[in-house]
Amino acid sequence: MSAEPDGPEGRLRRLTTIWSRAVFPVTSTSLTRPEFEERLLPLARRLSRALLARVFDAAEGEAVGAALVDAHCTAPEALSRSLDCLDAYLVLYCGQGGDQEDLRARCSRLQHAMAAGFARALRERTLAEQEAIAQAALRAQGVVAQALHTSEARFRAVFEGAAIGIGIADLEGNVLQVNGALLRMFGGSEQGLRSRNVQDWTHTEDAPQVWRLYEELVRGEREHYHVEKAFHRPDGTVLWTNLTVSLLRDADGNPQYQLALMEDTTERRLLNLRLRYEATHDALTGLPNRTLFFERLEKALNAGEGRRFGLCYLDLDGFKTINDSLGHAVGDRLLVEVADRLQACATAPGEMVARLGGDEFVALTTGTDTRHEVDELAARIMNALVAPIRIDGRELTVRGSIGVVEGPVGERSAAEVLRSADITMYRAKSAGGNRFELADPEADARAITRHGLTTALPTALDRGEFFIEYQPLVHLGDGRVRGAEALVRWLHPQHGIIGPDRFIPLAEHTGLIVPLGRWVMEQSVRQAREWRELYDAESAGPLRINVNLSPCQLHHPGLVQDTVEILERAGVQPDALCLEVTESALIGADDDLLKPLRRLAEMGVDIALDDFGTGYSNLANLRRLPVSILKLDRSFTQSMQRFPADPVDLKIVEGIVALAHSLDLAVTVEGVETGAQAEQLRVLGCDTAQGWYYARPGPPERLHELALADATG
Amino acid sequence: MERPAWAPRSIDISVPSVARIYDYYLGGSHNFEVDREAARKAMEFMPGLPRIMQANRAFMRRAVEFALDEGITQFLDVGSGIPTFGNVHEIAQAARPGARVVYVDHDPVAVAHSQAVLEGNEDADVVAADLRKPREILESPPVRRLIDLNRPVALLLVAILHFVEDTDDPYQAVAQLRDALAPGSLLILTHASHEGIPLPEERSESVADVYKDIRNPLIMRSRDRIARFFEGYDMVEPGLVPMASWRSRTAPEDEDPYAFSGFAGVGRTA
Repeated sequence: MSAEPDGPEGRLRRLTTIWSRAVFPVTSTSLTRPEFEERLLPLARRLSRALLARVFDAAEGEAVGAALVDAHCTAPEALSRSLDCLDAYLVLYCGQGGDQEDLRARCSRLQHAMAAGFARALRERTLAEQEAIAQAALRAQGVVAQALHTSEARFRAVFEGAAIGIGIADLEGNVLQVNGALLRMFGGSEQGLRSRNVQDWTHTEDAPQVWRLYEELVRGEREHYHVEKAFHRPDGTVLWTNLTVSLLRDADGNPQYQLALMEDTTERRLLNLRLRYEATHDALTGLPNRTLFFERLEKALNAGEGRRFGLCYLDLDGFKTINDSLGHAVGDRLLVEVADRLQACATAPGEMVARLGGDEFVALTTGTDTRHEVDELAARIMNALVAPIRIDGRELTVRGSIGVVEGPVGERSAAEVLRSADITMYRAKSAGGNRFELADPEADARAITRHGLTTALPTALDRGEFFIEYQPLVHLGDGRVRGAEALVRWLHPQHGIIGPDRFIPLAEHTGLIVPLGRWVMEQSVRQAREWRELYDAESAGPLRINVNLSPCQLHHPGLVQDTVEILERAGVQPDALCLEVTESALIGADDDLLKPLRRLAEMGVDIALDDFGTGYSNLANLRRLPVSILKLDRSFTQSMQRFPADPVDLKIVEGIVALAHSLDLAVTVEGVETGAQAEQLRVLGCDTAQGWYYARPGPPERLHELALADATG
Repeated sequence: MERPAWAPRSIDISVPSVARIYDYYLGGSHNFEVDREAARKAMEFMPGLPRIMQANRAFMRRAVEFALDEGITQFLDVGSGIPTFGNVHEIAQAARPGARVVYVDHDPVAVAHSQAVLEGNEDADVVAADLRKPREILESPPVRRLIDLNRPVALLLVAILHFVEDTDDPYQAVAQLRDALAPGSLLILTHASHEGIPLPEERSESVADVYKDIRNPLIMRSRDRIARFFEGYDMVEPGLVPMASWRSRTAPEDEDPYAFSGFAGVGRTA
């Protein structure tokens, strides 16, 4: 609004500016000063009009005072500054031309009315706001109370209906509240429980930390703990629980109550104990079983320094015979009786008897003087078996073999100890039984190696740990290489190269000999084909490969089939293969056993009788056998290394050669180590020879060199 | 039914509330003696506190007007309290009838008061929720009913973040709210700081101690740390500045020296 600077409007504006500048600093408004001035302008106008009105009305002053409060000028200074300002300037700026005295009186009355209006409005506003905030607080409390009531109702339902026991106690241990489930668990009255103090609830089975945890919790050092705890029921029985105790704090974080949640585990515990018993005891004899025995043994072996242990491993002699002849029922009763007698032998603390299975029992003794004790224990056991066992009027004599292991703890694992005991027990058994033997590290080592090799065999083939060396067979007439004998070796990852004498018997025993033998034959035949392709032109005759057949392979029904397939797959003629069979394998061989050999011989595969002259050489039998070569055992040629050779040996060899030749059999000699020996054997009429004189067994390339040297030399 | 002995009591109005203290500074009577006592104690160390609150209020008004000029008609005011005058819905709905406002506060009394004030106002409502749990704010029925998160929103965090301790990860909460906002939304923020207060730092520390005593610690943050709340926002001119310096229509020499305490700023989501 524009106005003449000195006109009434301009003067009113100047008054308002002064007024707003005086009051603005003490207002709480978020208006700017100019905006605030605009709020004051109508108020100033009302005062100006009231001042000059024909009929004076002081109520205008009251309205202006109230309007100040509306403009958030609620501070007392806002009123005093306003009054000061109006007192000084209202008449000055707005009262021109009137009776000055009358105007001053009117101004004064307007100020009084303004103060009253301000005070009334401020009072009303303050009361209204106090009322509003009080109402809001009440409502908020109502909302909180409602929510609390709902959550309380929910909590009560959980508390009362919970299947787990819930109890609340103060920090002194006074029980304040318990729920129904807890009462049912304890089986007492609520009064009875609430009169108790938590600290009275001790039980002899309390774990040592239970009450330490409790103390930490009530001191506020721990928020909760979880234990398995037993309680005495009023009726004298035991209540086992899974107990969780939590600390409840107040709003300031001070410990206030303890809350216990407990789950009744009494029945589960009993069941667990039973299951545990069943899992650790032998159903037949009631003795601890292998599981429990191992647990105890492990524990004994982990005992502190200076402790020793002694172990007797008992296996009954001839139990299988009893079982087979008298039946399992009798066998079982026998075992029960043996178990009872053994149990009576080991009653001292630290001693235990267990049944490992079948007729194998162990007795364990622990302590510091087991060297002496274990001997006595073994003797007691042997003694306990002396008296015959009477079953169904029959007196059964029971004997046993015991392997004893004794030593300091902390050196061997339970499995190692038991293996040693087992090996020692077998030693006792093979020494005739009915005795006990003490473990001996060297005997163990041997057996363990044997055991180790046996278990390593199956994977060795898969891992390609076997390889073949070839030892040339040389024709004595012209000194040319005619072929080679394939000799299998095992490159063991730990033990290095192992000869066939050590692992072939194991392979025979485990049956692995069949796949191993097939593999050897495959490799050798493939090698034979390579040689044939390379050297046929230069060598005097086709190179032949000799492969050993073990007795087990001989009995294997797939022998012929496998051999044919191997030859065909390699594209090699049957006459390139010679199978060596030991004389002993053929002793007493019937036609069924000879049939596969005969089939192979008919196909053109040569059959050599290996180690001839070592066994019970049934010369008559020679006619029946489908063999075409005799391999003289090296024992015949050994004497010819010396000069002059033993004339008897010479005669024998000469005789055998003559016999062989008369039966149309070729003769091969093994173990030729010197030139003189070779010459002697040539003179005696032997056909082919092998031995260190020509070459040691070696890789296939070595044979190339020899054959090549032959051809060129 | 007997009340369990360990159950908490209802809300305690004998404990001062920052919302009611704020009202007292602004000359309102929505407060109790405990609140006034705490307020007077703080004012012993810093007599200009009401001026700071007033500057905060004035900034909020300017910022809301700015948002309205930007065409924003939805407001989410977190930590709204119970001030006597100058509330967001008053400013916004006066300028743009139908503008929507949702207030959020965790003080049950403030919520109850706002409910009373807003009775009959179809376009404004209040949520009892906590800034530390942004999900609860965003998923509350009033927010779902009144705020369309696919359109720009003005989010007001005015004089609230200095009551959230670092252990409650206020940055994470602010980021979570930001991620819920449509592009073009605004963050309107003020925050207490030692910087700009025309008194030695010990004095403002003593004020902070008063708030600590009433279990509502006042966290004074540096300008850099306050600026981090605007991560993901483009600052609107003149950036993060003392409260009275933000688009003020009053000459600096006419402002009270206390009006330059703390920082204010507005950011816009890209």
